[in-house]
Amino acid sequence: MVSTTAEVIYQRPESFSDVHTHYCPGCTHGVAHRLIAEVIDEMGLREKTIGVAPVGCSVFAYKYFNMDFVEAAHGRAPAMATGIKRVLPKNTIFTYQGDGDLASIGMAEIMHAAARGENISVIFINNAIYGMTGGQMAPTTLPGMKTTSSPFGRDVELAGYPIRMAEILATLDGTGYVVRRSLHNAANIRKSKKAIRMAFETQERGLGFSMVELLSSCPTNWKISTQDSLTFIEEQMVPLFPLGDYKVVPALASLKV
Amino acid sequence: MAKELLKGNHAFAEAAIRAGVEAFYGYPITPSTEFLEYMSRRMPSLGRAFVQAESEVSAINMVYGAACTGKRVMTASSSPGVSLMMEGISYIAGTEVPAVVVNVMRGGPGLGNIAPSQGDYYQMVKGGGHGDYFPIVLAPASVQEAIDYIGLAFDLAEKYRSIVHVIVDGNMGQMMEPAELPPMKDIPEKVPDWAVSGAKGRDPNNLTSIYIDPEDEEVTNLRLLKRWKEIEKNEVIFDEVEVEDAEILVIGFGTAGRVASSAIREAREEGIKAGLLRPITLAPFPQDRLLELTKQVKRILVVEMNSGMMLDDVMKIVQGRVPVEFYGRMGGVTPLPDEILDELRRVSANKDPGADDPRDEWIPRLEKKILGDK
Repeated sequence: MVSTTAEVIYQRPESFSDVHTHYCPGCTHGVAHRLIAEVIDEMGLREKTIGVAPVGCSVFAYKYFNMDFVEAAHGRAPAMATGIKRVLPKNTIFTYQGDGDLASIGMAEIMHAAARGENISVIFINNAIYGMTGGQMAPTTLPGMKTTSSPFGRDVELAGYPIRMAEILATLDGTGYVVRRSLHNAANIRKSKKAIRMAFETQERGLGFSMVELLSSCPTNWKISTQDSLTFIEEQMVPLFPLGDYKVVPALASLKV
Repeated sequence: MAKELLKGNHAFAEAAIRAGVEAFYGYPITPSTEFLEYMSRRMPSLGRAFVQAESEVSAINMVYGAACTGKRVMTASSSPGVSLMMEGISYIAGTEVPAVVVNVMRGGPGLGNIAPSQGDYYQMVKGGGHGDYFPIVLAPASVQEAIDYIGLAFDLAEKYRSIVHVIVDGNMGQMMEPAELPPMKDIPEKVPDWAVSGAKGRDPNNLTSIYIDPEDEEVTNLRLLKRWKEIEKNEVIFDEVEVEDAEILVIGFGTAGRVASSAIREAREEGIKAGLLRPITLAPFPQDRLLELTKQVKRILVVEMNSGMMLDDVMKIVQGRVPVEFYGRMGGVTPLPDEILDELRRVSANKDPGADDPRDEWIPRLEKKILGDK
């Protein structure tokens, strides 16, 4: 006889608010949000987590997570997270930042938070463009890539070269876990979730600063289709921003998630 | 507790500790650096948070973060550093979280110098950061007063969920004076209901300064304005010296007010009936008291260590009821009691109705003083 007992195998995480997001179709912010919410649920951290939202497309991230949240000034999320973590060391503190926020205006804050070994987790969305302001050149914009402020394509003679944050931060002794992943297909999304889990595990174990850089799409400002955006990540971004583990402290090496 | 000989910056820091400050985030800058140094020793030994930030921008954003947890948090800096903090100060004001900023002011603009000044009056009193908000500004004139008002600053910050500035000049940060510290206050265990602490057994708290719908922002602006009106009604503090029968009213805050009080005592010995109104809250300004005194006094002399910033507020309140004159030193120069005594002698003999802008008459006097007959 066939069993008829229904079992829930997929549902909205408790940490994810039941609201519509304002993100564009094909944008991977929603995927990244959901992965974070799933990890926080699975680790049972929701009631002690305080998120720090950035300025950028994810400025309203606090509306989409069912947990305490603060909204930082542009680039200052790591400083704000530091301020919170130092007075609430038992709470779980994470920032969610884009490339303009983290790698341009907030460069000092991210570098020094990492150098101090702040026990916070940073989710870094690298989509190579400023989204909220309408598609300007970012510190991670690819050479030759057209944006509204590099209309003839990023000319490295004039505008320099993209910054690889995971590689840079991994050189700092204060970091415990620094990796780059991508959100362009299901296999990589699964790997991204594991990395986010590792970042929060790093914090819960007090092993220092953790960051997961996620290569992400922006079909609206890249001005290509959602499908082509995922291909663009795979074919154009991954070669420039290689996926991999840039820093995993020995205490984490044996951890399987 | 007995009086001790205390250095200004050290005393201010210890006063904050005894008021229950749980986090200090700062960046070194003369003439406030001893504040940070003192905190770097004391805070960790008490199990409280201290971070020397990578910049004043970071320091104030750390303050912003901790303020969102409802804990007592502060920073201390000096003029150019406070300029860098204005971003975070505006966010703190917009998010309606309490925080205390001490500005040990120095000569400016630009890099200026490290000598005492009151040149940040506009920046501190009128806002300084972007947007519609109203900081509370306390201007003590002695190490003891600073100790007392740093404690009050935290109370006011929490009562009104407001940014509170305590402004002193480099003299007060650097000098040593006998003063008495208050006893150590217990740190409250209860978290304010608006603070972030983890959404355990309650709905999430979101603390933000973004109101994307202009109508929502306007409601917020109105709330801040109405709160400010309450502050104006309830929190005015000032000090007076010999005003009962005064014919000349000197108005000065902080060090300038203190130097003026010495000059007033000497002027009294010469038969000049001078008195001092010393605003301690520069915001809210003691405007009702000043208006009342315009009915009594014949002339007003505003004394500042800047180009006449508080003077503008005085003129706005006095509105020609009494002639107003001005004496200021700028650039990090502290006026001597004799300079103000000379001014009092001059003012007591002056029968002119006064210029529309008192600075027009002061500039040549100052030039003569600086350049002599060169």
